[in-house]
Amino acid sequence: MNGLTPGFADPVPDAQACFRALLEAMARPGRVERLAALPEAPAPLAPAAAAVLLTLADAETPVWTDAGPVAEDWLRFHAGCPLVAEPGLAGFLLATGGLPALAALEAGTEEEPHRSATLIVQVAGLELGGGWRLTGPGIEREHRLQVEGLPRGFLADWAANGARFPRGIDLVLCAGNRLAALPRTTRIEEAG
Amino acid sequence: MTALGYNFGYLDENTKRMIRRALLKAVAVPGHQVPFGAREMPLPYGWGTGGIAVTASVIGAGDRLKVIDQGADDTTNAVSIRHFFAKVTGVGTTERTGEATIIQTRHRIPETRLREGQILVYQVPMPEPLFRLEPRVAETKRMHALADYGLMHVKLYEDIARHGHVAISYNYPVLVGGRYLMSPSPIPAFDNPKMDRMPALQLFGAGREKRIYAVPPYTSVTSLDFEDHPFQPVRADAPCALCGSRESYLDEVVVDDKGGRMFVCSDTDYCATRQTQREAAE
Repeated sequence: MNGLTPGFADPVPDAQACFRALLEAMARPGRVERLAALPEAPAPLAPAAAAVLLTLADAETPVWTDAGPVAEDWLRFHAGCPLVAEPGLAGFLLATGGLPALAALEAGTEEEPHRSATLIVQVAGLELGGGWRLTGPGIEREHRLQVEGLPRGFLADWAANGARFPRGIDLVLCAGNRLAALPRTTRIEEAG
Repeated sequence: MTALGYNFGYLDENTKRMIRRALLKAVAVPGHQVPFGAREMPLPYGWGTGGIAVTASVIGAGDRLKVIDQGADDTTNAVSIRHFFAKVTGVGTTERTGEATIIQTRHRIPETRLREGQILVYQVPMPEPLFRLEPRVAETKRMHALADYGLMHVKLYEDIARHGHVAISYNYPVLVGGRYLMSPSPIPAFDNPKMDRMPALQLFGAGREKRIYAVPPYTSVTSLDFEDHPFQPVRADAPCALCGSRESYLDEVVVDDKGGRMFVCSDTDYCATRQTQREAAE
């Protein structure tokens, strides 16, 4: 446990601020939110991704991550969450390199679609405007979002995820201190 | 200053995290009821515990809170909840709709159009729109899963056959995002159209029934109806006796024991603002 870096400096207001950013991001898909209060997360965790897990994960939520043993120790200590090896068993997943197959994750049931997993993905870039054209609940006409670093074929997987509504996973994209969210209801088109 | 000995917002952090997870899933599946663990509150079920739990999990030091009960800022339930949050969070409170970032409401939507950046938190007594038609929760869950809402259409049809119109004046069932049948909580049917594509985020908390649900901004909310019997919001056919508004929702007030009565705006902030403007103009 040597060299364990701190979590939120002031956990109650910092978690609240992070949750409000998440709620806003989830309610208005494609809007990019900036977090001001961030934990000192060890590499390869992006500060925003680490903040999301500190805000939402605890002993009740199994977490899967590919971020390695240092990050796992940090999460275990600060969030107190159990870590699982199988992506399909996790309530929250944090992918720092590559994506787990969306179809293999917990998608909830028709009766209980809220039991689905939330996938947090660290991406290389996240910019408002350009790139994707997003439509769906939470979006007045359309939102534009530029995401760098997602694997090819993601859009097809995302369309398949949306097709099984109300089942399906929800996505949080994080880059540095920024985050955006894509609930399962958001439709994405590659803008020409 | 917040009250000593309480966590910010009264609830402990574990409870807030659980409610926050439920809220995010509720936003992701518009209109779907997400179960949550309703904690004991310093007031009984039926007094807005669900709404309070949602507000407590959402609110931060920078927010300004408005609480209304049937449109009014000055009734018992609204005053006590506003004082409660002033005490356990120290946030600023307001009675002006335009100044608030969070508006907790019992049974009304403010007349002033809500905007982005505002959150409307409803106190919900009964979240299940089908409960009078099908008392078994296991059955209603299945009906929601299958989007099988024929029972509700039959109920509306029977109303029309019996009364010539749909005899529901409040808690009028809506379809959210074209998928989930949802109880708008007992707001008057007059307020239903305000929910449709509202720029503000709408969150619903039912404490006794332990359910949370949500309508994201700009999401379609349609009141159930038939092509030949379109939905018609009902409003008393009179101007407000105080501000003269012909658009707002009115309360009927009995003023004596000889059948005397008057109609006044249910939304006190809207009415007071209009009265001030009228005085200023004179």
